[in-house]
Amino acid sequence: MREIITKIREITGNIATLDATGVGLGELAVIESPGKKTLGQVIRISGGKVALQVFGGTKGLSTNDKVRFLGHPMQVKFGPSMLGRIFSGGGVPIDGGPEPVEEEIAIGGPSFNPANRIIPKHMIRTNIPMIDVFNSLVVSQKLPIFSIPGEPYNQLLARVGMQAEADIIILGGMGLKFDDFTFFRRTFEESGVMNRVIMFIHLASDPVVECLLVPDMALAVAERFAESGKRVLVLLTDMTNFADSLKEISISMEQIPSNRGYPGDLYSQLASRYEKAVDMEGLGDITILAVTTMPGDDVTHPVPDNTGYITEGQFYLHNGAIDPFGSLSRLKQNVVSKVTRKDHNDIMNTMIRLYSDCRESRNKIAMGFKLSKWDETLIAYGSDFEKELMDLNVNIPIEPALDLCWDILSRHFQPVQTGLKDHLIEEFWPKDKAMKKAA
Amino acid sequence: MSRAIGKIVAGYGNMLTATFDTSVRQNEVAYVVTGESRLKCEVIRVKDEFCFMQAFEDTRGVKVGDKVEFTQDLLVAELGPGLLGQIYDGLQNPLPKLAAQCGLFLKKGVYLESLDRDTKWDYTPVAKAGDVVQAGDVLGTVPEGIFTHRVFVPFNFIGKAKVKKTADPGSYTVAEVIAHLEDEAGKVHELNMIQEWPIKIALKQYRQRLLPVEPLVTGCRIIDTFYPVAKGGTACIPGPFGSGKTVLQQIISRYADVDVIIVAACGERAGEVVETLKEFPHLLDPLTGKTLMERTIIICNTSSMPVAAREASIYTAVTLGEYYRQMGLDVLILADSTSRWAQALREMSGRLEEIPGEEAFPAYLQSRIADFYERAGLVQLEDNTNGSVSIIGTVSPAGGNFEEPVTQGTLAVVGAFLGLTWARSNARRFPAIDPLISWSKYPNQMKEFLDKIDPAWVAKVKEAQKFVYNGSEIKKRMDVVGEEGTSIGDFIIHLKAEFLDSVFLQQNAFDPVDAANNMERQVYVFNKVIQLLRKDINAKDKDDARAIFFKLTALFKNWNSSEWQKDNFKNYEQQINEFLDK
Repeated sequence: MREIITKIREITGNIATLDATGVGLGELAVIESPGKKTLGQVIRISGGKVALQVFGGTKGLSTNDKVRFLGHPMQVKFGPSMLGRIFSGGGVPIDGGPEPVEEEIAIGGPSFNPANRIIPKHMIRTNIPMIDVFNSLVVSQKLPIFSIPGEPYNQLLARVGMQAEADIIILGGMGLKFDDFTFFRRTFEESGVMNRVIMFIHLASDPVVECLLVPDMALAVAERFAESGKRVLVLLTDMTNFADSLKEISISMEQIPSNRGYPGDLYSQLASRYEKAVDMEGLGDITILAVTTMPGDDVTHPVPDNTGYITEGQFYLHNGAIDPFGSLSRLKQNVVSKVTRKDHNDIMNTMIRLYSDCRESRNKIAMGFKLSKWDETLIAYGSDFEKELMDLNVNIPIEPALDLCWDILSRHFQPVQTGLKDHLIEEFWPKDKAMKKAA
Repeated sequence: MSRAIGKIVAGYGNMLTATFDTSVRQNEVAYVVTGESRLKCEVIRVKDEFCFMQAFEDTRGVKVGDKVEFTQDLLVAELGPGLLGQIYDGLQNPLPKLAAQCGLFLKKGVYLESLDRDTKWDYTPVAKAGDVVQAGDVLGTVPEGIFTHRVFVPFNFIGKAKVKKTADPGSYTVAEVIAHLEDEAGKVHELNMIQEWPIKIALKQYRQRLLPVEPLVTGCRIIDTFYPVAKGGTACIPGPFGSGKTVLQQIISRYADVDVIIVAACGERAGEVVETLKEFPHLLDPLTGKTLMERTIIICNTSSMPVAAREASIYTAVTLGEYYRQMGLDVLILADSTSRWAQALREMSGRLEEIPGEEAFPAYLQSRIADFYERAGLVQLEDNTNGSVSIIGTVSPAGGNFEEPVTQGTLAVVGAFLGLTWARSNARRFPAIDPLISWSKYPNQMKEFLDKIDPAWVAKVKEAQKFVYNGSEIKKRMDVVGEEGTSIGDFIIHLKAEFLDSVFLQQNAFDPVDAANNMERQVYVFNKVIQLLRKDINAKDKDDARAIFFKLTALFKNWNSSEWQKDNFKNYEQQINEFLDK
């Protein structure tokens, strides 16, 4: 039995300092106040002093509360009975169910050996054409959704969760509003996927330190499932809240801030989480989709900026749709027209190029220039493109989505105007436009 | 001197503070014994009875009172035959072997020998018994791939020594003794093919440094023709995320006309290294016909690996580079990205509570950057042959803003600046090197060499650069006043600039022919382009002018993707000539 310490010497922010010996960095401690128990983690040792980061927050903490060290770092439960359950950032069930009886595993484990990585080449179908057709999601990819706070990013995340081809979905909510939490819960329950979902939820009102644990817990569990051969999709929302929690902790640890108050290791902190995305050869895999809200729609803000350097592309949410221009999936070239249909690559580029021309034509209207016939064609094409493909409610698999692309093109253009290669036109251009229209 | 022993007294993140009993050296390596593992650390500051160490591993579990074993040695790289083709982490641990031993994940506290101890090498002695040798002299050679690997008297060998005995020609492992040397004090040293060198100290075993005067051909036209890098020179590629830094580095690593390439993936995505890892063993080097892997070393300390090892990784890379330079080879180091290395410095500086400079980077950032790039250079070795180390480093400026300290600190010391911009990458102009902001100091330095290619080369390039500049000025005006308000003369200059950009400065990385051009082809094509830029274009009106350039651009693009001097190459050239003669 470890010694119980009853003297806390200093309390600042979320940090409590006390005298203790034989304690390791990262070790976990239980702090017992009358009627309340909270966990803390050692973040600094110095001589006989130990600084604890208190997960439950230090509100109401007394200098003579009892502190007991557990001799191991933070852990999370792992096992099949976790499926369908909801946990707090501290790993405690918050769905009213019992504590699962499962093995405990360490969080924040070591990095995957780069020599064991393989070139990813499996596509994940989401049935969202703006993703499947224009920026395909690839197994083991890490992609952020850059968004301003008002956009329906959680709706998008939930839809991907429901529809994506994955064995297990792990949702990590950081600073989540209660409404959003309820939305996720209800959506997953109603669509019948809840039995393969695990949720780690830190609500906006929960102590800030717990927010930092959410991605680590979610990813530690994901890693073990992947090792046992499962295809895991990890959904994180919102990584900006995670970064803000890091900022709060590091400032209260008197660390020198680097850029807009964020700690100098923000890049490494984010990277060590995102880099957990992996395709384990012969076993399972982890794919990460993470919402990053951009304060002030500013992509050069430290959080989206550092994220952009880490992730393999990004989705931009603008006006309720995935923007086809800023969005990019760096891994799509591994699958497009290689595992998907052969017209995929060309039709994708042609559609985007014409849509970009359409935007220019719209600018002409805005600037009061006269429109040519070609401009009018482009504008009509653009509004069909937005209605039938860009709308987030569109829900079709990739093959019909590709057919739909051909259909939209044939409605507005002559084959030669599209610049598509002859052999593709020959094979895919709808032969009987009139009939298609009628249908 | 005995090795010091100490105890941990404090720890925060990856910085540990320890006491010591006898003496410690700055930058000495120490091991912290915690539980069952031994964690490698480096002393980075000594103050009174304490020393501060950065740990190369996750420090979870380290306790006050844990034992510290100091080694007296600085952080070293292991040098010898068998480095080529290897994949190391920042501390030169072979990652594939680590994978074989530890499984899918890296394991802390596991350090393996960098050079394989079982491989046999065909050793041919050069030095004979009775010879007097000193540090850096060649004892013998072994063939390593396409190179003759020289086995040296260790570079840190002090004084002169007499060769007592050398091994007979035959096959030996790196650890077997190949020579006995007797030093001035009469002590006999048994040498094998392995030696060590501290990575943070430049290897200066050469007669003199020379001015780099010969171009390093990367295959990328905008670099080689417009903003060239010299063999032994340095260049910096800054660019915001998504502007194609890594793709550009990958292209250079494939096609650059140097002997050895060292790729230092420093704090970047692991996924990016994977392509190199998996494809290089199968790709043939067009120059040698061997696989690219045989001339490549990969130092891979990706973003989720320990940050202190990231700091070490670029020094490891440059040390291996200097070692192969000693064999009279041309080495290119590609460091991607030096910003991540600078951030590692910043993290440690913050933990040491040093007074921060701009954006919290330490005040010594600039001098560290300079130290690193100054390790590049063309040198004349003791045997009168030349060897070179060139460094091309990428920088990832926060928010794509080149005013930040790492970009500025780098620009102050490099010879060429190849700036990537979002404006160009969003317009799908690859490589997204912006010709309006980039520069190179090498054309004048290399003039003599370039004159041999074409006596008017430097002047012609300047002329073309002027077109780019004028074209962009006209474009800016045209955006305001519209096409109608632009004279036909100006409009044609604008079209010529666009033409130059799209047929020469841009390259299609996915086209097997256009992806990389050797210098001969670049000169040939560039001369045609220049001829066209100089030619008066008689156009009826702007639409006519545009149509002419559409056609020319298409012709040149087809020409660019035709194989050198093949039928269709000649065919397109014929059509271009017909236009020029009109």
